[in-house]
Amino acid sequence: MIGMGVVKGMLVTLREFVGTYPWGRGMLRMLRIRPGSGLFTIEYPDVKQEHAERFRYFPFLVYDGTPDNLRCVACKICEQECPPKCIYIEPARDAEGRPVKAHGRTLPARFDIDTSICMSCRICVDVCPFDAIEMDNQYEIAAGDREQELLFDKEKLLRSAEYFEQIKPSEAAVVNQRLSAKAKKPA
Amino acid sequence: MADSTALASDLLEVSLGPQHPSTHGVFRMQTVLDGETIVKLKPVMGYLHRNHEQLGEQMTYIASFPFTDRLDYFCAMTNNLGLAIAIEKLAGIDVTERGEYIRVIMAELTRLVNHTAVTGFLLNDMGAFGTPLLYAFREREKILDLFEMASGSRMMCNYIRPGGVREDLPEGFLEQARRIVDDYPRFLDEFEALLTDNEIIRQRTERVGILPKELAVSAGVTGPMLRASGVDYDIRKVDGYSVYPRFPFKVPLGTVGDVYDRYYVRILEMRESVKILRQALKDIPGGPAISPKGAALTKAPRTFRPPKGDAYGRIEAPKGELGFYLVSDGSNQPWRYHIRAPSFINLTVLEDMCLGRKIADAIIILGAVDIVMGEVDR
Ligand code: SF4
Ligand code: SF4
Repeated sequence: MIGMGVVKGMLVTLREFVGTYPWGRGMLRMLRIRPGSGLFTIEYPDVKQEHAERFRYFPFLVYDGTPDNLRCVACKICEQECPPKCIYIEPARDAEGRPVKAHGRTLPARFDIDTSICMSCRICVDVCPFDAIEMDNQYEIAAGDREQELLFDKEKLLRSAEYFEQIKPSEAAVVNQRLSAKAKKPA
Repeated sequence: MADSTALASDLLEVSLGPQHPSTHGVFRMQTVLDGETIVKLKPVMGYLHRNHEQLGEQMTYIASFPFTDRLDYFCAMTNNLGLAIAIEKLAGIDVTERGEYIRVIMAELTRLVNHTAVTGFLLNDMGAFGTPLLYAFREREKILDLFEMASGSRMMCNYIRPGGVREDLPEGFLEQARRIVDDYPRFLDEFEALLTDNEIIRQRTERVGILPKELAVSAGVTGPMLRASGVDYDIRKVDGYSVYPRFPFKVPLGTVGDVYDRYYVRILEMRESVKILRQALKDIPGGPAISPKGAALTKAPRTFRPPKGDAYGRIEAPKGELGFYLVSDGSNQPWRYHIRAPSFINLTVLEDMCLGRKIADAIIILGAVDIVMGEVDR
Protein backbone atom coordinates (compact mmCIF):
# COMPACT_ATOMS: atom_id res chain seq x y z
CA MET A 1 0.00 0.00 0.00
CA ILE A 2 1.32 3.41 -0.84
CA GLY A 3 2.45 5.25 2.23
CA MET A 4 3.25 2.19 4.29
CA GLY A 5 6.99 2.66 3.78
CA VAL A 6 6.80 6.19 5.11
CA VAL A 7 4.75 5.06 8.12
CA LYS A 8 7.29 2.34 8.85
CA GLY A 9 10.10 4.87 8.69
CA MET A 10 8.22 7.21 10.99
CA LEU A 11 7.86 4.42 13.52
CA VAL A 12 11.63 4.00 13.53
CA THR A 13 12.16 7.68 14.26
CA LEU A 14 9.43 7.64 16.87
CA ARG A 15 11.06 4.70 18.62
CA GLU A 16 14.44 6.41 18.57
CA PHE A 17 12.88 9.59 19.90
CA VAL A 18 11.08 7.91 22.77
CA GLY A 19 14.21 5.89 23.50
CA THR A 20 16.22 9.02 24.26
CA TYR A 21 14.23 9.49 27.49
CA PRO A 22 14.75 7.20 30.47
CA TRP A 23 10.99 6.75 30.92
CA GLY A 24 10.73 6.04 27.21
CA ARG A 25 13.32 3.29 27.36
CA GLY A 26 11.43 1.61 30.15
CA MET A 27 8.21 1.87 28.20
CA LEU A 28 9.73 0.42 25.05
CA ARG A 29 11.15 -2.49 26.98
CA MET A 30 7.74 -3.12 28.53
CA LEU A 31 6.24 -3.23 25.05
CA ARG A 32 9.07 -5.59 24.05
CA ILE A 33 10.48 -3.12 21.53
CA ARG A 34 14.24 -2.79 21.30
CA PRO A 35 15.10 0.80 22.16
CA GLY A 36 17.70 2.50 20.00
CA SER A 37 21.04 3.58 21.33
CA GLY A 38 19.46 6.28 23.44
CA LEU A 39 21.19 9.53 24.14
CA PHE A 40 24.55 9.56 22.45
CA THR A 41 25.83 13.08 22.79
CA ILE A 42 27.71 14.53 25.73
CA GLU A 43 27.66 18.07 27.05
CA TYR A 44 31.19 19.20 26.33
CA PRO A 45 32.90 21.05 28.08
CA ASP A 46 31.01 20.08 31.24
CA VAL A 47 31.44 16.43 30.41
CA LYS A 48 34.53 15.23 28.64
CA GLN A 49 34.92 12.17 26.55
CA GLU A 50 37.10 9.34 27.73
CA HIS A 51 39.93 8.82 25.31
CA ALA A 52 41.72 5.67 24.36
CA GLU A 53 45.20 5.37 25.76
CA ARG A 54 46.77 5.78 22.35
CA PHE A 55 44.88 8.97 21.63
CA ARG A 56 47.47 11.41 20.35
CA TYR A 57 47.58 15.11 19.91
CA PHE A 58 50.86 17.02 20.02
CA PRO A 59 54.30 15.75 20.96
CA PHE A 60 56.09 16.59 24.20
CA LEU A 61 59.66 16.11 25.43
CA VAL A 62 60.30 13.68 28.25
CA TYR A 63 62.68 14.40 31.12
CA ASP A 64 63.77 12.16 33.99
CA GLY A 65 63.75 13.68 37.45
CA THR A 66 64.70 17.31 36.92
CA PRO A 67 63.63 19.36 33.88
CA ASP A 68 67.23 19.85 32.73
CA ASN A 69 67.72 16.10 32.41
CA LEU A 70 66.11 15.76 29.01
CA ARG A 71 66.23 12.46 27.22
CA CYS A 72 66.64 14.29 23.92
CA VAL A 73 70.21 14.46 22.59
CA ALA A 74 69.47 16.96 19.81
CA CYS A 75 70.29 14.41 17.12
CA LYS A 76 67.82 16.12 14.79
CA ILE A 77 66.43 12.87 13.41
CA CYS A 78 62.88 13.87 14.18
CA GLU A 79 63.47 17.29 12.65
CA GLN A 80 64.45 15.64 9.38
CA GLU A 81 61.70 13.05 9.34
CA CYS A 82 58.78 15.25 10.37
CA PRO A 83 56.68 15.40 7.19
CA PRO A 84 55.53 19.04 7.42
CA LYS A 85 58.89 20.09 8.94
CA CYS A 86 57.47 21.80 11.99
CA ILE A 87 60.30 20.94 14.40
CA TYR A 88 63.28 23.23 14.85
CA ILE A 89 66.27 22.14 16.94
CA GLU A 90 69.49 23.87 17.91
CA PRO A 91 71.98 21.81 19.90
CA ALA A 92 73.69 23.55 22.82
CA ARG A 93 77.05 25.06 21.76
CA ASP A 94 79.60 27.13 23.59
CA ALA A 95 81.12 30.36 22.23
CA GLU A 96 83.57 28.46 19.98
CA GLY A 97 80.84 26.34 18.52
CA ARG A 98 81.78 23.15 20.34
CA PRO A 99 78.94 21.05 21.66
CA VAL A 100 78.18 21.56 25.33
CA LYS A 101 77.56 18.41 27.29
CA ALA A 102 75.35 17.96 30.31
CA HIS A 103 74.44 14.64 31.92
CA GLY A 104 76.88 13.07 29.46
CA ARG A 105 75.10 14.21 26.32
CA THR A 106 74.42 17.24 24.19
CA LEU A 107 71.11 18.78 25.05
CA PRO A 108 69.07 20.91 22.71
CA ALA A 109 69.42 24.63 23.39
CA ARG A 110 66.33 25.22 21.37
CA PHE A 111 63.56 22.82 20.58
CA ASP A 112 60.50 24.34 18.94
CA ILE A 113 57.43 22.68 17.55
CA ASP A 114 55.02 24.80 15.61
CA THR A 115 51.75 23.24 16.67
CA SER A 116 49.83 25.23 14.10
CA ILE A 117 51.65 23.13 11.48
CA CYS A 118 52.08 19.82 13.30
CA MET A 119 49.58 17.28 12.03
CA SER A 120 49.78 14.88 14.98
CA CYS A 121 51.11 12.08 12.82
CA ARG A 122 53.38 10.50 15.45
CA ILE A 123 56.26 9.97 13.02
CA CYS A 124 58.65 11.88 15.30
CA VAL A 125 57.88 9.39 18.09
CA ASP A 126 58.38 6.43 15.76
CA VAL A 127 61.80 7.59 14.58
CA CYS A 128 63.33 8.90 17.82
CA PRO A 129 66.02 6.39 18.83
CA PHE A 130 66.10 7.65 22.44
CA ASP A 131 62.37 7.60 23.30
CA ALA A 132 62.76 11.27 24.07
CA ILE A 133 59.61 12.50 22.44
CA GLU A 134 56.08 11.21 23.04
CA MET A 135 52.54 12.17 22.12
CA ASP A 136 50.43 14.14 24.56
CA ASN A 137 46.67 13.76 24.86
CA GLN A 138 46.02 17.33 25.93
CA TYR A 139 43.80 18.79 23.24
CA GLU A 140 42.52 22.06 24.66
CA ILE A 141 45.21 24.36 23.37
CA ALA A 142 43.12 26.97 21.60
CA ALA A 143 45.01 30.25 21.56
CA GLY A 144 44.33 33.78 20.53
CA ASP A 145 47.54 34.26 18.65
CA ARG A 146 49.03 31.89 16.14
CA GLU A 147 52.61 33.15 16.00
CA GLN A 148 53.33 33.39 19.71
CA GLU A 149 51.12 30.97 21.58
CA LEU A 150 51.02 28.07 19.17
CA LEU A 151 54.77 27.96 18.67
CA PHE A 152 55.73 25.67 21.54
CA ASP A 153 59.29 26.13 22.76
CA LYS A 154 61.34 23.75 24.87
CA GLU A 155 59.92 24.97 28.18
CA LYS A 156 56.38 24.49 26.96
CA LEU A 157 57.10 21.02 25.62
CA LEU A 158 58.69 19.60 28.77
CA ARG A 159 56.84 16.85 30.62
CA SER A 160 58.14 14.51 33.27
CA ALA A 161 58.54 10.79 32.74
CA GLU A 162 55.93 10.30 35.49
CA TYR A 163 53.41 12.28 33.47
CA PHE A 164 54.06 9.99 30.52
CA GLU A 165 53.59 6.93 32.70
CA GLN A 166 50.37 8.37 33.97
CA ILE A 167 48.73 9.16 30.63
CA LYS A 168 50.04 6.14 28.71
CA PRO A 169 50.78 3.38 31.19
CA SER A 170 51.17 0.47 28.81
CA GLU A 171 53.19 2.42 26.27
CA ALA A 172 55.46 3.75 29.02
CA ALA A 173 56.00 0.23 30.33
CA VAL A 174 57.36 -0.84 26.93
CA VAL A 175 59.56 2.24 26.69
CA ASN A 176 60.92 1.79 30.22
CA GLN A 177 61.75 -1.81 29.49
CA ARG A 178 63.64 -0.80 26.36
CA LEU A 179 65.51 1.94 28.19
CA SER A 180 66.59 -0.25 31.07
CA ALA A 181 67.77 -2.93 28.62
CA LYS A 182 69.83 -0.25 26.88
CA ALA A 183 71.28 1.01 30.15
CA LYS A 184 72.47 -2.47 31.03
CA LYS A 185 74.14 -3.19 27.70
CA PRO A 186 77.46 -1.28 28.02
CA ALA A 187 78.07 -2.69 31.51
CA MET B 1 31.42 31.93 -18.95
CA ALA B 2 32.70 33.69 -22.05
CA ASP B 3 30.13 32.30 -24.45
CA SER B 4 27.14 33.15 -22.30
CA THR B 5 25.99 35.68 -24.87
CA ALA B 6 25.74 32.90 -27.39
CA LEU B 7 23.10 31.11 -25.34
CA ALA B 8 19.51 31.24 -26.40
CA SER B 9 17.68 33.70 -24.24
CA ASP B 10 15.44 31.18 -22.56
CA LEU B 11 18.34 29.19 -21.09
CA LEU B 12 19.54 29.99 -17.63
CA GLU B 13 23.00 29.52 -16.27
CA VAL B 14 23.23 28.47 -12.66
CA SER B 15 26.48 28.03 -10.85
CA LEU B 16 26.07 25.61 -7.95
CA GLY B 17 28.86 25.84 -5.45
CA PRO B 18 31.72 25.94 -4.59
CA GLN B 19 30.12 27.05 -1.34
CA HIS B 20 26.94 25.08 -1.38
CA PRO B 21 25.85 22.55 1.24
CA SER B 22 24.90 19.97 -1.34
CA THR B 23 28.20 19.82 -3.18
CA HIS B 24 30.07 17.91 -0.47
CA GLY B 25 32.92 20.33 -0.12
CA VAL B 26 34.28 22.88 -2.48
CA PHE B 27 32.96 21.57 -5.76
CA ARG B 28 31.18 23.59 -8.40
CA MET B 29 28.64 22.48 -10.96
CA GLN B 30 28.18 24.94 -13.74
CA THR B 31 24.77 24.13 -15.12
CA VAL B 32 22.75 25.43 -18.02
CA LEU B 33 19.05 25.03 -17.44
CA ASP B 34 16.07 25.04 -19.71
CA GLY B 35 13.37 25.79 -17.21
CA GLU B 36 14.35 23.29 -14.55
CA THR B 37 15.84 20.75 -16.90
CA ILE B 38 19.57 20.42 -17.18
CA VAL B 39 20.91 20.81 -20.71
CA LYS B 40 24.55 21.16 -19.79
CA LEU B 41 26.58 20.51 -16.70
CA LYS B 42 30.22 21.19 -16.25
CA PRO B 43 31.99 20.04 -13.09
CA VAL B 44 34.56 22.57 -11.91
CA MET B 45 37.12 21.33 -9.44
CA GLY B 46 40.51 22.18 -8.07
CA TYR B 47 39.47 24.36 -5.16
CA LEU B 48 41.03 21.96 -2.70
CA HIS B 49 44.20 21.22 -4.61
CA ARG B 50 47.05 20.69 -2.15
CA ASN B 51 49.84 19.50 -4.38
CA HIS B 52 49.83 16.14 -2.70
CA GLU B 53 51.62 14.22 -5.46
CA GLN B 54 54.40 16.76 -5.86
CA LEU B 55 54.86 16.92 -2.10
CA GLY B 56 55.11 13.15 -2.00
CA GLU B 57 57.99 13.28 -4.46
CA GLN B 58 59.92 15.51 -2.10
CA MET B 59 59.77 13.42 1.02
CA THR B 60 60.52 9.86 2.07
CA TYR B 61 58.10 7.08 1.25
CA ILE B 62 56.90 6.81 4.83
CA ALA B 63 56.39 10.54 5.26
CA SER B 64 53.60 10.40 2.67
CA PHE B 65 51.42 8.21 4.89
CA PRO B 66 50.01 10.96 7.09
CA PHE B 67 49.22 12.91 3.95
CA THR B 68 47.26 10.05 2.44
CA ASP B 69 44.99 10.20 5.50
CA ARG B 70 43.89 13.53 4.19
CA LEU B 71 42.95 12.33 0.71
CA ASP B 72 39.61 10.75 1.41
CA TYR B 73 39.30 11.75 5.03
CA PHE B 74 36.46 9.31 5.62
CA CYS B 75 38.66 6.38 4.74
CA ALA B 76 42.13 7.03 6.14
CA MET B 77 42.76 3.34 6.72
CA THR B 78 42.19 2.24 3.14
CA ASN B 79 44.27 5.12 1.84
CA ASN B 80 47.16 3.99 4.03
CA LEU B 81 46.63 0.45 2.81
CA GLY B 82 46.83 1.44 -0.87
CA LEU B 83 50.17 3.18 -0.43
CA ALA B 84 51.51 0.38 1.74
CA ILE B 85 50.66 -2.20 -0.92
CA ALA B 86 52.38 -0.12 -3.62
CA ILE B 87 55.54 0.20 -1.52
CA GLU B 88 55.50 -3.51 -0.74
CA LYS B 89 55.31 -4.30 -4.44
CA LEU B 90 58.11 -1.88 -5.20
CA ALA B 91 60.51 -3.19 -2.59
CA GLY B 92 59.31 -6.75 -2.16
CA ILE B 93 58.32 -6.56 1.49
CA ASP B 94 56.42 -9.41 3.09
CA VAL B 95 53.45 -8.85 5.35
CA THR B 96 52.91 -10.88 8.47
CA GLU B 97 49.82 -13.00 8.79
CA ARG B 98 48.45 -11.03 11.72
CA GLY B 99 49.23 -7.80 9.90
CA GLU B 100 47.12 -8.93 6.95
CA TYR B 101 44.17 -9.72 9.18
CA ILE B 102 44.37 -6.40 10.99
CA ARG B 103 44.46 -4.68 7.63
CA VAL B 104 41.38 -6.50 6.40
CA ILE B 105 39.54 -5.67 9.62
CA MET B 106 40.46 -2.01 9.32
CA ALA B 107 39.59 -1.86 5.63
CA GLU B 108 36.18 -3.40 6.14
CA LEU B 109 35.42 -1.19 9.13
CA THR B 110 36.32 1.73 6.91
CA ARG B 111 33.88 0.48 4.30
CA LEU B 112 31.14 0.44 6.94
CA VAL B 113 32.03 3.98 7.99
CA ASN B 114 32.06 5.26 4.43
CA HIS B 115 28.89 3.59 3.20
CA THR B 116 26.94 4.52 6.32
CA ALA B 117 28.01 8.13 6.05
CA VAL B 118 27.34 8.41 2.33
CA THR B 119 23.86 6.97 2.73
CA GLY B 120 23.15 9.46 5.48
CA PHE B 121 24.41 12.31 3.33
CA LEU B 122 22.35 11.11 0.40
CA LEU B 123 19.24 11.48 2.52
CA ASN B 124 20.40 14.92 3.52
CA ASP B 125 20.64 15.82 -0.15
CA MET B 126 17.10 14.61 -0.66
CA GLY B 127 15.89 17.02 1.98
CA ALA B 128 15.58 14.70 4.97
CA PHE B 129 17.76 16.98 7.01
CA GLY B 130 19.55 15.54 9.94
CA THR B 131 17.69 12.52 11.16
CA PRO B 132 19.06 9.70 8.97
CA LEU B 133 22.45 11.38 8.83
CA LEU B 134 22.69 11.50 12.59
CA TYR B 135 21.66 7.86 12.91
CA ALA B 136 24.44 7.09 10.46
CA PHE B 137 26.94 9.23 12.32
CA ARG B 138 26.03 7.60 15.59
CA GLU B 139 27.12 4.22 14.21
CA ARG B 140 30.16 5.75 12.57
CA GLU B 141 31.17 7.16 15.91
CA LYS B 142 31.43 3.69 17.42
CA ILE B 143 33.79 2.54 14.68
CA LEU B 144 35.85 5.71 14.97
CA ASP B 145 36.29 4.84 18.64
CA LEU B 146 37.83 1.57 17.49
CA PHE B 147 40.19 3.44 15.18
CA GLU B 148 41.19 5.69 18.03
CA MET B 149 41.91 2.68 20.19
CA ALA B 150 44.20 1.11 17.62
CA SER B 151 45.86 4.07 15.95
CA GLY B 152 45.43 6.98 18.34
CA SER B 153 43.38 9.07 15.99
CA ARG B 154 39.81 8.88 14.86
CA MET B 155 40.18 10.07 11.31
CA MET B 156 43.84 10.75 10.56
CA CYS B 157 44.87 7.24 11.48
CA ASN B 158 48.32 6.91 9.88
CA TYR B 159 48.26 3.30 11.00
CA ILE B 160 49.12 0.91 8.20
CA ARG B 161 52.74 0.52 7.18
CA PRO B 162 54.54 -1.56 4.59
CA GLY B 163 54.92 -5.00 6.14
CA GLY B 164 51.94 -4.75 8.47
CA VAL B 165 50.63 -2.12 10.82
CA ARG B 166 52.48 0.39 12.97
CA GLU B 167 51.42 -0.97 16.35
CA ASP B 168 49.68 -4.16 17.31
CA LEU B 169 46.05 -3.97 18.38
CA PRO B 170 45.58 -2.82 21.97
CA GLU B 171 44.02 -4.98 24.61
CA GLY B 172 40.27 -5.21 24.42
CA PHE B 173 40.11 -4.16 20.78
CA LEU B 174 38.91 -7.46 19.40
CA GLU B 175 36.17 -7.81 22.01
CA GLN B 176 34.86 -4.33 21.38
CA ALA B 177 35.09 -4.79 17.62
CA ARG B 178 33.13 -8.05 17.85
CA ARG B 179 30.43 -6.35 19.89
CA ILE B 180 30.06 -3.54 17.39
CA VAL B 181 30.15 -5.81 14.36
CA ASP B 182 27.58 -8.15 15.88
CA ASP B 183 25.28 -5.23 16.53
CA TYR B 184 25.71 -3.74 13.09
CA PRO B 185 23.12 -5.80 11.19
CA ARG B 186 20.48 -4.53 13.58
CA PHE B 187 21.37 -0.98 12.74
CA LEU B 188 21.23 -1.86 9.04
CA ASP B 189 17.78 -3.37 9.52
CA GLU B 190 16.63 -0.20 11.20
CA PHE B 191 18.19 1.93 8.51
CA GLU B 192 16.47 -0.12 5.86
CA ALA B 193 13.12 0.06 7.64
CA LEU B 194 13.57 3.79 7.55
CA LEU B 195 14.65 4.04 3.95
CA THR B 196 14.46 1.08 1.61
CA ASP B 197 10.70 0.95 1.10
CA ASN B 198 10.06 4.58 1.77
CA GLU B 199 7.87 5.79 -1.10
CA ILE B 200 9.35 9.26 -1.13
CA ILE B 201 12.85 7.91 -1.46
CA ARG B 202 11.87 5.46 -4.15
CA GLN B 203 10.20 8.17 -6.17
CA ARG B 204 13.14 10.48 -5.83
CA THR B 205 15.77 7.89 -6.70
CA GLU B 206 14.33 5.21 -8.96
CA ARG B 207 15.26 5.61 -12.62
CA VAL B 208 17.13 8.79 -11.75
CA GLY B 209 20.67 9.27 -12.97
CA ILE B 210 20.92 6.02 -14.87
CA LEU B 211 24.45 5.04 -15.76
CA PRO B 212 24.48 2.44 -18.55
CA LYS B 213 26.85 -0.48 -18.21
CA GLU B 214 28.84 0.33 -21.33
CA LEU B 215 29.41 3.95 -20.38
CA ALA B 216 30.40 2.99 -16.85
CA VAL B 217 33.02 0.59 -18.15
CA SER B 218 34.41 2.85 -20.84
CA ALA B 219 34.63 5.83 -18.48
CA GLY B 220 36.62 3.81 -15.97
CA VAL B 221 34.02 4.08 -13.23
CA THR B 222 34.75 1.71 -10.35
CA GLY B 223 33.43 0.75 -6.99
CA PRO B 224 29.79 0.61 -5.87
CA MET B 225 28.80 2.85 -8.79
CA LEU B 226 30.06 0.35 -11.33
CA ARG B 227 28.49 -2.56 -9.50
CA ALA B 228 25.16 -0.72 -9.26
CA SER B 229 25.23 -0.65 -13.06
CA GLY B 230 25.47 -4.42 -13.03
CA VAL B 231 29.16 -5.01 -13.74
CA ASP B 232 30.67 -7.69 -11.55
CA TYR B 233 34.01 -6.13 -10.79
CA ASP B 234 35.45 -6.02 -7.32
CA ILE B 235 39.22 -5.80 -6.92
CA ARG B 236 39.02 -7.80 -3.72
CA LYS B 237 37.86 -10.69 -5.94
CA VAL B 238 39.76 -9.84 -9.14
CA ASP B 239 43.18 -9.32 -7.59
CA GLY B 240 42.58 -11.33 -4.44
CA TYR B 241 45.06 -9.15 -2.58
CA SER B 242 45.83 -9.51 1.11
CA VAL B 243 43.91 -12.41 2.66
CA TYR B 244 40.60 -11.63 0.98
CA PRO B 245 40.43 -14.95 -0.92
CA ARG B 246 39.99 -16.68 2.44
CA PHE B 247 36.69 -14.99 3.10
CA PRO B 248 33.56 -16.08 1.28
CA PHE B 249 31.60 -12.99 0.37
CA LYS B 250 29.26 -12.01 -2.42
CA VAL B 251 29.59 -9.02 -4.70
CA PRO B 252 26.17 -7.35 -4.72
CA LEU B 253 25.10 -6.05 -8.11
CA GLY B 254 22.47 -3.57 -9.21
CA THR B 255 20.23 -4.01 -12.23
CA VAL B 256 19.22 -0.56 -13.43
CA GLY B 257 22.19 1.57 -12.44
CA ASP B 258 20.10 4.38 -10.99
CA VAL B 259 20.54 6.24 -7.72
CA TYR B 260 18.39 3.74 -5.88
CA ASP B 261 20.62 0.87 -6.97
CA ARG B 262 23.65 2.78 -5.85
CA TYR B 263 22.07 3.24 -2.46
CA TYR B 264 21.00 -0.35 -2.18
CA VAL B 265 24.25 -1.85 -3.41
CA ARG B 266 25.99 0.01 -0.60
CA ILE B 267 23.60 -1.40 1.98
CA LEU B 268 24.20 -4.91 0.68
CA GLU B 269 27.94 -4.36 0.60
CA MET B 270 27.83 -3.39 4.26
CA ARG B 271 26.11 -6.68 5.03
CA GLU B 272 28.88 -8.53 3.21
CA SER B 273 31.50 -6.50 5.08
CA VAL B 274 29.92 -7.56 8.35
CA LYS B 275 30.31 -11.18 7.24
CA ILE B 276 33.99 -10.68 6.38
CA LEU B 277 34.57 -8.88 9.66
CA ARG B 278 32.92 -11.60 11.71
CA GLN B 279 35.18 -14.22 10.20
CA ALA B 280 38.31 -12.11 10.34
CA LEU B 281 37.73 -11.26 13.99
CA LYS B 282 37.28 -14.94 14.70
CA ASP B 283 40.27 -16.23 12.73
CA ILE B 284 42.84 -13.55 13.51
CA PRO B 285 46.13 -15.32 14.32
CA GLY B 286 48.76 -14.26 16.84
CA GLY B 287 52.32 -13.31 16.04
CA PRO B 288 53.94 -10.04 15.10
CA ALA B 289 51.84 -7.32 13.49
CA ILE B 290 54.65 -6.10 11.27
CA SER B 291 57.49 -7.85 9.48
CA PRO B 292 61.10 -7.04 10.52
CA LYS B 293 61.77 -5.21 7.25
CA GLY B 294 58.64 -3.12 7.67
CA ALA B 295 59.48 -2.32 11.28
CA ALA B 296 62.99 -1.23 10.26
CA LEU B 297 61.78 1.20 7.66
CA THR B 298 59.13 2.61 9.97
CA LYS B 299 61.88 3.35 12.45
CA ALA B 300 64.26 4.89 9.91
CA PRO B 301 62.35 6.15 6.85
CA ARG B 302 65.36 8.00 5.48
CA THR B 303 67.41 4.86 5.00
CA PHE B 304 64.76 3.11 2.94
CA ARG B 305 65.87 3.02 -0.69
CA PRO B 306 63.78 0.72 -2.84
CA PRO B 307 65.44 -0.65 -6.00
CA LYS B 308 64.99 1.15 -9.30
CA GLY B 309 61.70 0.38 -10.95
CA ASP B 310 58.02 1.12 -10.73
CA ALA B 311 54.99 -0.43 -9.08
CA TYR B 312 51.26 0.09 -9.12
CA GLY B 313 49.39 -1.00 -6.02
CA ARG B 314 45.62 -0.94 -6.06
CA ILE B 315 42.86 -1.82 -3.65
CA GLU B 316 39.11 -1.83 -3.58
CA ALA B 317 38.58 1.28 -1.51
CA PRO B 318 35.02 2.04 -0.39
CA LYS B 319 34.70 4.49 -3.27
CA GLY B 320 36.28 2.36 -5.98
CA GLU B 321 39.69 1.47 -7.31
CA LEU B 322 42.28 3.37 -5.34
CA GLY B 323 45.69 3.04 -6.95
CA PHE B 324 49.12 4.33 -6.08
CA TYR B 325 51.76 4.45 -8.79
CA LEU B 326 55.33 4.79 -7.64
CA VAL B 327 58.49 5.16 -9.70
CA SER B 328 61.74 4.73 -7.84
CA ASP B 329 65.12 5.97 -9.02
CA GLY B 330 66.90 4.19 -6.22
CA SER B 331 66.91 7.15 -3.85
CA ASN B 332 64.91 7.50 -0.68
CA GLN B 333 62.25 9.61 -2.30
CA PRO B 334 59.88 8.49 -5.04
CA TRP B 335 60.75 9.90 -8.45
CA ARG B 336 57.11 9.86 -9.40
CA TYR B 337 54.15 9.44 -7.10
CA HIS B 338 50.72 9.29 -8.64
CA ILE B 339 47.31 8.50 -7.20
CA ARG B 340 44.38 7.11 -9.09
CA ALA B 341 41.55 8.59 -7.07
CA PRO B 342 38.26 6.72 -7.51
CA SER B 343 35.90 9.57 -6.77
CA PHE B 344 37.67 11.84 -9.26
CA ILE B 345 37.21 9.35 -12.06
CA ASN B 346 33.66 8.47 -11.01
CA LEU B 347 32.84 12.14 -11.24
CA THR B 348 33.59 12.28 -14.97
CA VAL B 349 30.25 10.71 -15.85
CA LEU B 350 28.27 13.26 -13.85
CA GLU B 351 27.05 15.18 -16.88
CA ASP B 352 25.91 12.05 -18.69
CA MET B 353 23.80 11.05 -15.71
CA CYS B 354 22.30 14.49 -15.19
CA LEU B 355 21.35 15.51 -18.72
CA GLY B 356 17.63 15.83 -19.17
CA ARG B 357 16.94 15.57 -15.48
CA LYS B 358 15.67 18.29 -13.18
CA ILE B 359 18.14 20.41 -11.25
CA ALA B 360 17.01 18.89 -7.95
CA ASP B 361 18.00 15.47 -9.28
CA ALA B 362 21.54 16.65 -9.96
CA ILE B 363 22.04 17.10 -6.24
CA ILE B 364 21.16 13.52 -5.38
CA ILE B 365 22.98 12.13 -8.40
CA LEU B 366 26.08 13.86 -7.16
CA GLY B 367 25.38 12.62 -3.67
CA ALA B 368 25.16 9.03 -4.90
CA VAL B 369 28.49 9.30 -6.74
CA ASP B 370 30.04 9.57 -3.30
CA ILE B 371 32.79 12.13 -3.62
CA VAL B 372 35.16 13.55 -1.08
CA MET B 373 36.86 16.64 -2.37
CA GLY B 374 40.07 15.88 -0.52
CA GLU B 375 40.49 12.96 -2.87
CA VAL B 376 39.12 14.54 -6.04
CA ASP B 377 41.49 17.50 -5.91
CA ARG B 378 44.42 16.02 -4.03
S1 SF4 C 1 63.55 14.07 20.11
FE1 SF4 C 1 64.64 12.18 19.66
S2 SF4 C 1 64.94 12.24 17.44
FE2 SF4 C 1 64.40 14.29 18.05
S3 SF4 C 1 66.36 15.31 18.36
FE3 SF4 C 1 65.72 14.54 20.35
S4 SF4 C 1 66.69 12.53 20.52
FE4 SF4 C 1 66.79 13.13 18.35
S1 SF4 D 1 53.58 14.58 15.14
FE1 SF4 D 1 54.22 14.56 12.98
S2 SF4 D 1 53.91 16.65 12.31
FE2 SF4 D 1 53.90 16.72 14.53
S3 SF4 D 1 56.01 17.14 15.11
FE3 SF4 D 1 55.80 14.92 15.09
S4 SF4 D 1 56.45 14.30 13.05
FE4 SF4 D 1 56.05 16.50 12.97
